[in-house]
Amino acid sequence: MPDKLIVSVSPHIHSHESTPKVMWSVFFALIPAGIVGVFIFGLAALKIIIISVLSCLVTEALIQKLTHRRISIGDGSAVLTGLLLAYNLSSNVPFWIPVIGGIFAIAVCKQAFGGLGANIFNPALAARAFLLASWPKHMTGFSKPFSPDAVTSATPLAMLKEGKVADLVQSGLSYMDLFLGKRSGCLGEVCILVLLIGAVYLLWRGYIWWYTPAGFILTLGGLSWIFGVGGFFKGDFLFSILAGGVILGAFFMATDYVTTPITKKGQLIFGIGCGVITFIIRRFGGYPEGISYSILMMNATVPLIDRYVRPRRYGVKK
Amino acid sequence: MKRLIKEFTKGITIENPTFGLVLGLCPTLAVSTTVINALGMGIAATFVLIGSNIIISAARHFIPGRIRLPVFIVIIATFVTICELLMKAYFPALNKALGIFVPLIVVNCIILARAEAFASRNPLLPSFFDALGMGFGFTAALTIIALVREILGAGSVAGIKLIGHWEPITVMVLAPGALLTLGLLMAFTNLLKIKRSKGKHSGIERKAGGCSVWR
Repeated sequence: MPDKLIVSVSPHIHSHESTPKVMWSVFFALIPAGIVGVFIFGLAALKIIIISVLSCLVTEALIQKLTHRRISIGDGSAVLTGLLLAYNLSSNVPFWIPVIGGIFAIAVCKQAFGGLGANIFNPALAARAFLLASWPKHMTGFSKPFSPDAVTSATPLAMLKEGKVADLVQSGLSYMDLFLGKRSGCLGEVCILVLLIGAVYLLWRGYIWWYTPAGFILTLGGLSWIFGVGGFFKGDFLFSILAGGVILGAFFMATDYVTTPITKKGQLIFGIGCGVITFIIRRFGGYPEGISYSILMMNATVPLIDRYVRPRRYGVKK
Repeated sequence: MKRLIKEFTKGITIENPTFGLVLGLCPTLAVSTTVINALGMGIAATFVLIGSNIIISAARHFIPGRIRLPVFIVIIATFVTICELLMKAYFPALNKALGIFVPLIVVNCIILARAEAFASRNPLLPSFFDALGMGFGFTAALTIIALVREILGAGSVAGIKLIGHWEPITVMVLAPGALLTLGLLMAFTNLLKIKRSKGKHSGIERKAGGCSVWR
């Protein structure tokens, strides 16, 4: 970004906000989820997080150096991408998965488009999609919670997809287990409680708005309830929200400033779209979970949404 | 002679069908999974391109302007049929691997574009060299894309395994890999073009006044 802004005469209103401040706030709001992830899945999870963050930072610095731009790894955006990428991985992936994921996220999904603010797709999610298409074997082996020898087990949504269990009771889990994170899954998505604490902090600071998460969660839960596996209005609203990565996706990735709509109405449309696509993938698609793909697909529609929900200019009649 | 060389080289460099004109992307994306397929497709398209350019150029005074496109298509289709029958007779395995994309050469944009834009307006010899250059450029671009995709996506070149103990990036031989490779290679060729035109007067400014250009 250039430092050559034209400054008009005073007075100026300054909000004391800046890109690094917002980025680091989101980063700190996500830290508790990482700590719980390490607690649940062991030090392997910590290793994945550190490798992923370092990979993103090094790639960002290297590319900015090679293209003769100001090195801006201090603004927190690369660190945040690395953290979100790690949170979307299983804790028992080989070490080179987060390395390649970080390089792909920053080099191809972010810097190739022109760096922070110019990328169309969420870098962390695009990298996850890349990794999942390339190494499905590694990406879908989720380790069991609190198991020291990295035993893998299916996620609740995968069990439901394969038809092994019909509802929550048969899977041997309770809503409390899902809420606190005692299940297998990506290392940052399992503990809903701490994710919600982080989300409330961001909402309170005004860094994210509730339109996207509300639209996303209510649409997904509502559709899962109405079109339940057992019949109309027999679906499990809470299970559909607690079992996957919806909370992580809806509050921390579908609210990314760069890749989501600017207006409130646009954000609501974005959230509802994510919810509908996730439901369709979970129910009719080949994958048990569709959060990342739904957010990526809606990312592609953002210019269109922003175009059609442009707010009315002050003093101009419709 | 100088002009003929120019007609030949422009198809490889500045007006490269894939990276310069961005034509014929359908076969480019579909068959560039292995180097063998890419070479086969490139040679087949070059054969059709040369044949159709020669005939259309030779007959350019007799083709009525209002029905020129149907005439071009019939001429192109003739050569595609020859090409397909030859391929079926001598390279059945390649024909099977390329599948529907051999008959689809009929509607390949590059061939019709060269017929319309060049062969129907130029004498025979330049048309021949134009077809040769375009065909060579198309084959080269296709092979480069296939080389990247095959090495990364399958760990091999032309079917020969390079590294044994390695898990390839499967996505590169799938459809998204084709678009990724094409996009990155196109960015690279654009970079080369900008570097070459630097110093000369050119519309593209590298940094556009210190901003990163993204609109």
